[in-house]
Amino acid sequence: MGEKRRGITADLSGWLVYAAVTLFVLVVGSIFLTVLLNSFASSWFGGWLPDGYTGKWYTFAVNEFSLWRVLLVTLIVALSVTAISLVVGVPAAYALARRRFRGKSLVLGLLILPLLVPPITYGIPLATMLYEYRMAGTVAGVILANLAPALPFVVLIMTPFIEQIDPNLERAARMMGAPTLKVFTRVLLPLAVPGILAAGLLVLVRTVAMFELTFLTAGAGSQTLVVALYYAAFSAGIRPAQSIDAMAVIYMLTTLVLLIAALRFVNPTNMVMRVR
Amino acid sequence: MSKIKSRWGIDRNLLLLLGPALVLVVALFVWPLLYGIGVSLTPGPGREGLLSNYAAFLGDARERASIWNTLWIAIPVTIANVLVAVPIAYRMRRPLKGQRPISAIFVVPMTLGVVLVAEGMLTFFGPAGWFNKVLLTLGVVNEPLQLVHNYVGVLISLFIAEFPVVFLILLGYASGIDPNLERAGRMLGAGAWQRFSRIMLPLMMPGVAIAAALSFVATFAVFPSAVLVGEPAGATRVIALAAWQAAYERFDFGEASAIAITMAVIELVCVAAILLGRSRLYRGPSGGGKG
Repeated sequence: MGEKRRGITADLSGWLVYAAVTLFVLVVGSIFLTVLLNSFASSWFGGWLPDGYTGKWYTFAVNEFSLWRVLLVTLIVALSVTAISLVVGVPAAYALARRRFRGKSLVLGLLILPLLVPPITYGIPLATMLYEYRMAGTVAGVILANLAPALPFVVLIMTPFIEQIDPNLERAARMMGAPTLKVFTRVLLPLAVPGILAAGLLVLVRTVAMFELTFLTAGAGSQTLVVALYYAAFSAGIRPAQSIDAMAVIYMLTTLVLLIAALRFVNPTNMVMRVR
Repeated sequence: MSKIKSRWGIDRNLLLLLGPALVLVVALFVWPLLYGIGVSLTPGPGREGLLSNYAAFLGDARERASIWNTLWIAIPVTIANVLVAVPIAYRMRRPLKGQRPISAIFVVPMTLGVVLVAEGMLTFFGPAGWFNKVLLTLGVVNEPLQLVHNYVGVLISLFIAEFPVVFLILLGYASGIDPNLERAGRMLGAGAWQRFSRIMLPLMMPGVAIAAALSFVATFAVFPSAVLVGEPAGATRVIALAAWQAAYERFDFGEASAIAITMAVIELVCVAAILLGRSRLYRGPSGGGKG
């Protein structure tokens, strides 16, 4: 009898989980579905479904929000931030994983801080500084600003990953006379490829979604998709809501493509940072 | 670990590996932060004294209210996230059908970001949106609920955006706990509730603290959704918005920096409180084995 009762409670809690998940998915799914439907709606007043369908809001969005340029900027910014933070961050993660040195905890603290301090706090003075160096509003300025949280993120994700690669392999290479650079490029990097791929995709996704820093540093010609979407949504009423939703759908598709790519390589549980 | 090459000094290789990253972090984070502190301590026009910018911010009741507005959003969302995520993560630590797709689904709103969620909410939760339509049809309410352009709207948007992060961290922790510990508890006669509250929950606490800290960090910095689905002139005039308005609407960079620094200090104090609270609890191996 005890066995049976346990079975029922286990089932009940399982069903509660499914119910909670279903509710969450239903709400989030409906949010995206309304955006999608509205972007194709000729008009939608009060009914369950739009009054008619059209594709004209996409052409409208492309022209009105200079969508191609925004997409191009988003791509350039996201790829540059990812590339730079990997090239600079992976060696740093290697040093933190393998070496012991004075001030190591200070370095770690320095790397965790940009992920904790609100972006607005250093974003406003950073924007002012970029302005003084005539980089305000440029794509280069946006890239630099986004590096501030992206680089520490890569280092903190890669450090535990490199820690779990067997150090004996490097020792063996060293014993055979390979210099540090060679150990790094020929032994460690190939072993770290899965981690690098995962970290790169996560940074890519985060940079595309990064709002505050881009918002503070971008000019009219260097907006990324999120910021353009924010401005469009903010000035709702000036433009038809459907065209804003068309923009949102394009943003959604861009991110989903990245996400699906990411999920092929990354376990969802690792998508969030582990501060240790 | 690296006994053969371990040195306590700074050598050339270490500098080559670590140097570029440190230079970038100092240039793009530390320097702006120090610069911001400097600006915040430089009295703006018509002000005198080192802390006059801070006094201007804290002395103005409307500006000061932004601190409470932010906490009043960040704390409930963080608590709600943890309260909902803990039981789900606890249940899902054991294999459940469709675990991977379920956790993949949770990642979606996280990646889409708060701007998109906010934009979508305007239609879905609006007076004529599906949510209100369903409630009206079911007869749960007699007139549409006001769920956007107010405090509730911001709570919902942040809950949706942050829940996945909290959930995935807790799931990671819960599934890392050795199931033998719970089995041992059962063998010794502990009931289901006892096993949860006396064994699993204490072992999950480090994860809870970190998830709560990260959720707090994200919700405390709330900006776009406070404007898009909130009431940016009133109840959801958050501290980030106050800083932005001081900088780019009044061009008072002194006060803007003072607000931004105050914001960081409050946030770091709260995070430290959460993490300190954690360290007072059990710290030790949860993976079993020789741990």
